[in-house]
Amino acid sequence: MIRLNFLLLALVIACALGVITSQHQARKRFIEIESEQAAARKIAEEFTQLQLEQSTWATHQRVATIAANQLGMRLPDPSTTTILTLEARP
Amino acid sequence: MKFEKRTPELRLKLEGWRSRLVLIAAIGGFTVLLGRAFYLQALDTSFLQAKGEARYTRVIELPASRGPVKDRNGQLLAVSTAVESIWAIPDELDDVDAAQLDRLAHALGIDAREIHQKIANKDRQFVFLKRQISPEQAAKVMALRVPGVFQQREFRRYYPAGEVMAHVVGFTSVEDNGQEGIELAAQKRLSGTAGVRKVIKDRKGRIVEDVEALRPPRDGDAVTLAIDQRLQFLAHRELKAAVDRFQAKGGSLVIVDAKSGEVLALVNQPDYNPNNRANVTGRQTRNRSVTDVYEPGSTLKPFTISAALDDHIVRPDTLIDTAPGKLTIGRATISDAHPHGTLSVAQVIAKSSNVGTAKIQLQMTPQRMGTVYESLGFGTAPQTGFPGEAKGLLRPWTRWRPIEMATMSYGHGIAVSLLQVARAYTVFTNEGMLLPLSLMRQDSHPIGKRIYSAATVEQVNRMMEMAVMPDGTAPQARVPGYRVAGKTGTAYKPENGGYNEHKYVSSFVGFGPVSDPRFIIAVMLDEPSTKHFGGDVGAPVFSSVMGAALRMMSVPPDAPGTLNVQAPRTGAEG
Repeated sequence: MIRLNFLLLALVIACALGVITSQHQARKRFIEIESEQAAARKIAEEFTQLQLEQSTWATHQRVATIAANQLGMRLPDPSTTTILTLEARP
Repeated sequence: MKFEKRTPELRLKLEGWRSRLVLIAAIGGFTVLLGRAFYLQALDTSFLQAKGEARYTRVIELPASRGPVKDRNGQLLAVSTAVESIWAIPDELDDVDAAQLDRLAHALGIDAREIHQKIANKDRQFVFLKRQISPEQAAKVMALRVPGVFQQREFRRYYPAGEVMAHVVGFTSVEDNGQEGIELAAQKRLSGTAGVRKVIKDRKGRIVEDVEALRPPRDGDAVTLAIDQRLQFLAHRELKAAVDRFQAKGGSLVIVDAKSGEVLALVNQPDYNPNNRANVTGRQTRNRSVTDVYEPGSTLKPFTISAALDDHIVRPDTLIDTAPGKLTIGRATISDAHPHGTLSVAQVIAKSSNVGTAKIQLQMTPQRMGTVYESLGFGTAPQTGFPGEAKGLLRPWTRWRPIEMATMSYGHGIAVSLLQVARAYTVFTNEGMLLPLSLMRQDSHPIGKRIYSAATVEQVNRMMEMAVMPDGTAPQARVPGYRVAGKTGTAYKPENGGYNEHKYVSSFVGFGPVSDPRFIIAVMLDEPSTKHFGGDVGAPVFSSVMGAALRMMSVPPDAPGTLNVQAPRTGAEG
């Protein structure tokens, strides 16, 4: 009888330790996922910032100014434009 | 014990009930404790559990970001990015030495005196040192490890297109609430709701377990406008150039999709930079084309002529005697800018005769014209959802006198916003049907409301095409390669109950290509000072914007005769 009791006690202790370990493991994993999620958020933030930067560099005013002033480009004059009309193939 | 030795008889005097009383009291006390313990552990478990949880669970707020505003092609017009705000508890900064505060001020980019001033009031528990700085700068500030200084995550709104989009998109307050434009109009859709989450934190402050998500954060929705950023930029550039050239007080330009009623561009001058609003005044933030009304002048004439054609009162070739360029009604006289003599109805539009239009208008009843103006949307807000939309001023037709009836035919004594005029012109691009306007991108074309018959509109369009011919009022509105049509407007500005004959509002409203209209462009300049006729001021702006827009959208020319057109050689691969 006493032997059975000790056996059960040992089992209970083993189970308890198991619970503690798995809980600890779970928390460790959770911390990992949390830090990954934080990293994901940070990357998403960086993405919006880069998007913003891109659209700031690509604003039409800026492109037009650079094209006109630095590259010496201009809009084609209608008189120098040739329009090709599409015709159905014979 | 000494006591016992001195008075041995005392012990004998102790009676048995006293010890029993103490015993009973002790048992009673323990019973109550046990009962309470049993109650807390078995019956009302939540109380202790809550107390326990409170020792290690934390409720944290999950910030949500405001949705972006995009143009019809997905280009970003407004976007929120994370920034940091630095705040302090004044009390805790007491022990910090001056050198440290100087470094703090330097890192924040503000004056040290400003910090001293801000933390002088010790009653306050919370004071912002600087709001909305970049995360990198915040990291430098926090690296100083000044006690009592903290950072707080916030979102700041940026507008990449700057002043080009300023009036459409508007801006938000520092609290992220919309103040103007779409930011205000679509506040509900754009704003997110912060989430709340209950977690277990360990000794080091790391989150180790999710207890429950009380409310998940919801980011704001993206709003896609009907605006096309390329057309908007084009319109902004041309309008700004025109306002400078004619030294006007202000101006507006609206481009509307001729078939869907979508507002493709909407610009005003003067404008402002929404990213830096330090010295911005109401004069700059006002979205004139939507919130301001003006007397539209002759741009309303086609509506009178269309009604008269619909009622078979006149035909396009009916002759109207406009000599001597003056018409007296009661005690008032209306006149033409140039006397014309006898004109056909088509020429009345092409040459913009006030007398001719008034004579035609007077052949109709006030009820008829009043109903036409009302159904065209004059006197009611266009309901695009834009904040502060003007209704315009249309007096009830039951109280019209003949002189008012006459002046209204050429756009005086009635006030409208430029957006309303642009909308009314959708009847000419949709076979007589009026379209609702939309600031948001539409996936399907709306169904219009019939105002005029298709045949009438075709006749009036031909008259408006004549207006941009060499002998019309606006030859400068022509676009090489395309057929365009439109109407000039030159109106005196109302002042002190009369008209100031030295202040003008010059406008041009037109559309193109006539064979299959794509765009309606309405342009208005307020008090141009070097020239004042709509044909000299509004028409060139219309021409340059329309031409560039049609070429930008690769619309095939419908009047190739005005360009050098080279047909593909026969047999060529096409």
